[in-house]
Amino acid sequence: MQILVNGASREVRAADLSGALEELGYGGAVIATAVNGEFVAVAERTTARLADGDRIEVLAPMQGG
Amino acid sequence: MLRLYDVEVASRLLLGSARYPSPSILTEAVKASGAEIVTVSLRRESGGERAGQGFWSIIRDLGVRVLPNTAGCHSVKEAVTTAQMAREVFGTSWVKLEVIGEDETLQPDVFGLVEATRILCKEGFDVFPYTTEDLIVAEQLLEAGCRVLMPWGAPIGSGRGLNNPFALKMLRARLPDVPLIVDAGIGVPSHASQALELGYDAVLINTAVSQARDPVAMAGAFAHAVAAGRAAYEAGPMEPRDLAVPSTPVIGKALLR
Repeated sequence: MQILVNGASREVRAADLSGALEELGYGGAVIATAVNGEFVAVAERTTARLADGDRIEVLAPMQGG
Repeated sequence: MLRLYDVEVASRLLLGSARYPSPSILTEAVKASGAEIVTVSLRRESGGERAGQGFWSIIRDLGVRVLPNTAGCHSVKEAVTTAQMAREVFGTSWVKLEVIGEDETLQPDVFGLVEATRILCKEGFDVFPYTTEDLIVAEQLLEAGCRVLMPWGAPIGSGRGLNNPFALKMLRARLPDVPLIVDAGIGVPSHASQALELGYDAVLINTAVSQARDPVAMAGAFAHAVAAGRAAYEAGPMEPRDLAVPSTPVIGKALLR
């Protein structure tokens, strides 16, 4: 299915967020996720089902003031 | 010691981690500043580059406490969601809450700030709100659950110092028991000293250090300024007056005319 990952269109096979993150190269990374603007905690990623057109945000620690 | 929520820190300088010339200069600047609290943020991570992972390992190696921000958030919803994501990633309930109201000045949207604070405090966050020097907003933030306030000195990154010392002084006087941190706008160490001399508990600095020609040396200069300002406050500064008062005794002066 086609989803938006950090604003870019990506094709993934996995039907859940956890699988999609593995597929996209985030395995083992320290990240936080949101789907369609709603925070999805680590523990919920395996049960978070994805649908075509979903907007995923994958954030990581970065410099900040 | 300064108590921020349930944590005691010795250093009254909080340092931002952005805009340093290199990761090693950031590391050295944090050490030179003596800061025990460093602000960080969350940004989009690429599955290929994974740039955030390297940054996070640098910060972890420093052994400091992190204060994640919600920089760039313009709505309550964005700020709340960012705070929730930050709590998970950084493993802290602390959040420097920013709800930006206007792009040119990065002035906080204080109405959104109070609303987001209320939501986050109910969810168990320890909110450090980036606010203005307005007393009534400050009171509403306290009522919403804040136990620390961070009024601005001047617009973020402007380096103008304390734009409104009168209002900052008034805020300090009206809220004597609340930890107050001047966040944003400080440009040189004397600005930091001034904030501490006014009785502010700490300052949060980023650009003034990271954009200095020598950030590590400037971090050290700020550490001295903050310590001096605090010592001066504790020593009880004299009250300024308009007319001269001779410091040398007048009595006993010879008549030599």
